[in-house]
Amino acid sequence: MEIKVLGPGCANCKRLYQEAERAVAQSGFAATLTKVESIEEIASFGILRTPGLAIDGQVVASGRIPLAPEIVTMITTAAAKA
Amino acid sequence: MSATASIEAHAPGAVGSPALRQAAVLTGALAVWGLVYWSLPAVAEWLTTSILGLSRPKPLGAAVEFFLFEVPKVLLLLTPVVFVVGVVRSFFTPERTRRVLARRREAVGGVLAALLGVVTPFCSCSAVPLFVGFVTTGVPLGVTFSFLVSAPMVNEVALALLFALFGWKVAALYAGTGLAVAIVAGTVIGRLRLEGWVEPWVFAVKPRGERPAEETLHWPDRIGAGREAVREIVARVWPYVVAGIAVGASIHGYVPQSFMASFMGRDAWWSVPLAVLIGIPLYSNAAGIVPIVQALLGKGAALGTVLAFMMAVIGLSLPEMVILRKVLTVRLIAVFVAVVGTGILFVGYLFNLVL
Repeated sequence: MEIKVLGPGCANCKRLYQEAERAVAQSGFAATLTKVESIEEIASFGILRTPGLAIDGQVVASGRIPLAPEIVTMITTAAAKA
Repeated sequence: MSATASIEAHAPGAVGSPALRQAAVLTGALAVWGLVYWSLPAVAEWLTTSILGLSRPKPLGAAVEFFLFEVPKVLLLLTPVVFVVGVVRSFFTPERTRRVLARRREAVGGVLAALLGVVTPFCSCSAVPLFVGFVTTGVPLGVTFSFLVSAPMVNEVALALLFALFGWKVAALYAGTGLAVAIVAGTVIGRLRLEGWVEPWVFAVKPRGERPAEETLHWPDRIGAGREAVREIVARVWPYVVAGIAVGASIHGYVPQSFMASFMGRDAWWSVPLAVLIGIPLYSNAAGIVPIVQALLGKGAALGTVLAFMMAVIGLSLPEMVILRKVLTVRLIAVFVAVVGTGILFVGYLFNLVL
């Protein structure tokens, strides 16, 4: 499972990354977590507001910071779909 | 019988609906707010004269009283407005705005874009994804620019503060002229057909995956959005407000009356271009600049010059240009600044002439 945090490095993006880290640890799933800071790649996801969160190429949140419990739910849902 | 019935209804076991409780909390907060607000002038005067022992007609006393009165006053006015705006904004998302604008003709689209720019949440860090997202989904370039001009400039915090400090006429004037500048600038840039001056990679972006589904919100979420907006915006903005008021207080206390009139007044024709030129590289958010504007006006600066200065400061900023450099070539940024700057200049002259 590939989780990407999309954001050019503002404070919100860092917070989202921390929440995502916590969620990955809590969920117990094996997932690679990367931070995407390149503007071109962020734009290719089609989000209009940063920060954004994408799981396996699918945007699950944009323009807000879902907290770790919510991200855990997103991870489990994505895993079930795979 | 009705007395006992109502006592039973409010017994601890009977829970009022959450909405009712929220309404009660809001009403209580409003009452406290009103009390504090009305007592401010008296408290500021008392603190300055009795506690600090300063004489009000003297510069230091005047400056301190101004500061002690204005800081809580502005923060008190800011909070409910930001809250209401937070709630209103939960109805408008950039995704919905994009959908509305995607298939409009340029004339209608420009007007809509400028109007939507006022209510759609916008932060300058999102300027790039937003620009790319708009332009690659069929929103015309001119329309996108109308949005990009009105979103930061006709800012709800600015409007709220202008309304609070100068009344609805000044706020409406700022909003109206700001929208006009946004629409005209967008139309001009659209007509110039400058798509070739956008950074090439923007049009090469291939959107991948499905569009994220829009989430439907219910009222408790919307109230939460309001509270979140207050927490986020007021917490971020209050240092600027205090700094702006400190500058305003110094102007109020130490600058002689009508000093500003000599170079920012109506008769100094070069004051408008100067104000715009100074304003463009400066960056402040609305909350910091409005108290300064208030002090300048109080010292004889002309309204048109001051409005132009304010628009130049918050509408065009160096940080924003740096961010936009990722998607626009320098030539296009120059055209953007020139067109918007000219519009602001025009507004400044118009109001100095008319008022």
